[in-house]
Amino acid sequence: MPELFTKGMARNIYYGGGFFFLLLLLGLTLDTLRALPQRDHRENITESVARGKAVWEENNCIGCHSLMGEGAYFAPELGNVFDRYGNGSEEAFGQFMQAWMQMQPMPTEGRRKMPQFHLSQEQVDDLSAFLIWTSRINDNDWPPNREG
Amino acid sequence: MKFESQGVARPYFIFALLLFVGQILFGLIMGLQYIVGDFLFPYIPFNVARMVHTNLLIVWLLFGFMGASYYLVPEECDTELHSPWLARATFWVFAAAGVLTILGYLLVPYAELAKLTHNELLPTMGREFLEQPTITKIGIVIVCLAFIYNIGMTVLKGRKTVINMVLITGLVGLAVFFLFSFYNPDNLVLDKFFWWWVVHLWVEGVWELILGAILAFVLIKVTGVDREVIEKWLYVIIALALISGLIGMGHHYFWIGPGPYWLWLGSIFSALEPVPFFMMVLFAFRVVGQRRHQHGNRAATLWALGTAVMAFLGAGVWGFIHTLAPVNYYTHGSQITAAHGHLAFFGAYAMIVLCIISYAMPIMRGRPQGNGELSQKLEIFAFWTMCVSMIGITLALTVAGAWQVALQRLPEVGALSFMNTQAKLIPIFWVREAFGVVFALGLVAYLASFFVGSRVEAEAGHRVPAVS
Ligand code: HEM
Ligand code: HEM
Ligand SMILES: [Fe+2]
Repeated sequence: MPELFTKGMARNIYYGGGFFFLLLLLGLTLDTLRALPQRDHRENITESVARGKAVWEENNCIGCHSLMGEGAYFAPELGNVFDRYGNGSEEAFGQFMQAWMQMQPMPTEGRRKMPQFHLSQEQVDDLSAFLIWTSRINDNDWPPNREG
Repeated sequence: MKFESQGVARPYFIFALLLFVGQILFGLIMGLQYIVGDFLFPYIPFNVARMVHTNLLIVWLLFGFMGASYYLVPEECDTELHSPWLARATFWVFAAAGVLTILGYLLVPYAELAKLTHNELLPTMGREFLEQPTITKIGIVIVCLAFIYNIGMTVLKGRKTVINMVLITGLVGLAVFFLFSFYNPDNLVLDKFFWWWVVHLWVEGVWELILGAILAFVLIKVTGVDREVIEKWLYVIIALALISGLIGMGHHYFWIGPGPYWLWLGSIFSALEPVPFFMMVLFAFRVVGQRRHQHGNRAATLWALGTAVMAFLGAGVWGFIHTLAPVNYYTHGSQITAAHGHLAFFGAYAMIVLCIISYAMPIMRGRPQGNGELSQKLEIFAFWTMCVSMIGITLALTVAGAWQVALQRLPEVGALSFMNTQAKLIPIFWVREAFGVVFALGLVAYLASFFVGSRVEAEAGHRVPAVS
């Protein structure tokens, strides 16, 4: 039987296709990197926001929570927690966060537990700044409602 | 075994299976924490269990890939491994680094671990799947380099088969994309954007090359089908994987900052990603259908077919159901994601490692035609138990996810809060946990198959006439 589709052709599709789409990905990445400053409002990444991100990471908050829908699914989404509990006021949200972090772990038996992280007041403020900044990223209007 | 140096794969396989056991143990712990929220708190908080579960998974798969490479590359190259000594040394380095890291998660608070390992010097910790201390990440890079050097030198001096070339491309890609784990800017959007270059470009990119290569190797061995045929299939499958998967990464760029054109690109290209997985099913069944001989290791053949089918279900079908942007808007980060993550990781990568172990371990133990009758029977029973219970887990999580979306995401007014929704899902989480226990029993049966009926039967030699 004559081979209409040979191994050589398959190989060329692999190398050619793989290479072409890798280049396309790089091109799209460049384009996205150029467009991102308008969407991620990076001008508002203060030192406090940056420190807040480090606090977020060094306590592995992502191990229970999701952030913009990524992470774990054991505890509520926090990319929009400012919208949920801040009532539009950064100050009110800051106070909420101080009280919240202080309260953990809550004593309700059988309920999922958030650990006590022993953060300083300043660290909690940094976290709040980070979460407020995150809530304002242009994310194509996700999540669908404020429950996250 | 054709070459003595292939034997270095053995400790890799054994250690991989030990870590697999640990992974499942912590999965069961978390499954219970989903129901009894304070189970083991504060000794093992959920986030710690999760890190252990997912990191053990990744590390045992890496051990499996390394073992697979050490086993099959010399045979494909028709030469001894470049340096068996180096392979043994990297095994111990990797094993020690892995164990220390897991102990670190379990024994010290994570913030303490970050401080102890000086995360502030090069902050890379605290991101999903990349929780390892920076020093561990550096260790992983070094181990990978030594490993790729060893495999690369072997390929250079030996026969350069298609399987070899595809495998090594996949391994190099694995190492290269892992380097993005060191990029962690203050800007969360950039952080997330390139985080996917590790995670997505691994599982829906270069790992598929590794998967394809191992599957092709096992199929050649157990069916005796002509290499030319198999190589053509392999090329087509991995070509389609890259063509769809590279831009398919857009399915993660919907809601984390990048612009709206990703909604289209991500949806369209990732919708094509099931195609190579479907081709893998056709490939495996066609090749087994055309086999030239009946290999004595029926279990290994079953694993090869099963891998193709389960990978298609987990990655192809369960990937597709939530990959289109209008659907993903509602399912993003829900239990649907967890359902897909489980079936895809198990069906594709856990099963391909179990497949090569099933083929290679008996040979390394001096049974070229596979284990004895009893042992294979038990292994096949374990295969079905694990596959069926994993589908059970997946279906339970899918129901949980759909219900979660209905209660928490869809309503414009009166949506339930996250915590109240989770409370409603508890009955389904019980079902998931029950299937988890069955899975664990399947794993026990699988491990037991290594010790069953072996010696007597192997010596009696009552099995299918040997063909090699
Ligand atoms: C006894 C069986 C198992 C149970 C009960 C279990 C349970 C869990 C739980 C509760 C989570 C965390 C979900 C969350 O973040 O809220 C998880 C995550 C995960 N598990 Fe398992 N697991 C089991 C077996 C497995 C197996 C066999 C694999 C793969 C071979 C696996 C792969 C994963 C992956 C990839 C994640 C992360 C998922 C994601 O981020 O979407 N698990 N598992
Ligand atoms: C064997 C291959 C695959 C594996 C191991 C895999 C694994 C995973 C895992 C673990 C996640 C969760 C990541 C996280 O924690 O944030 C995920 C997410 C996702 N996967 Fe896959 N996947 C595979 C293939 C596919 C394919 C072929 C498709 C599409 C057809 C797909 C579509 C998706 C989508 C849309 C998400 C995002 C879910 C969300 O928005 O929450 N995956 N995958
Ligand atoms: Fe993906």
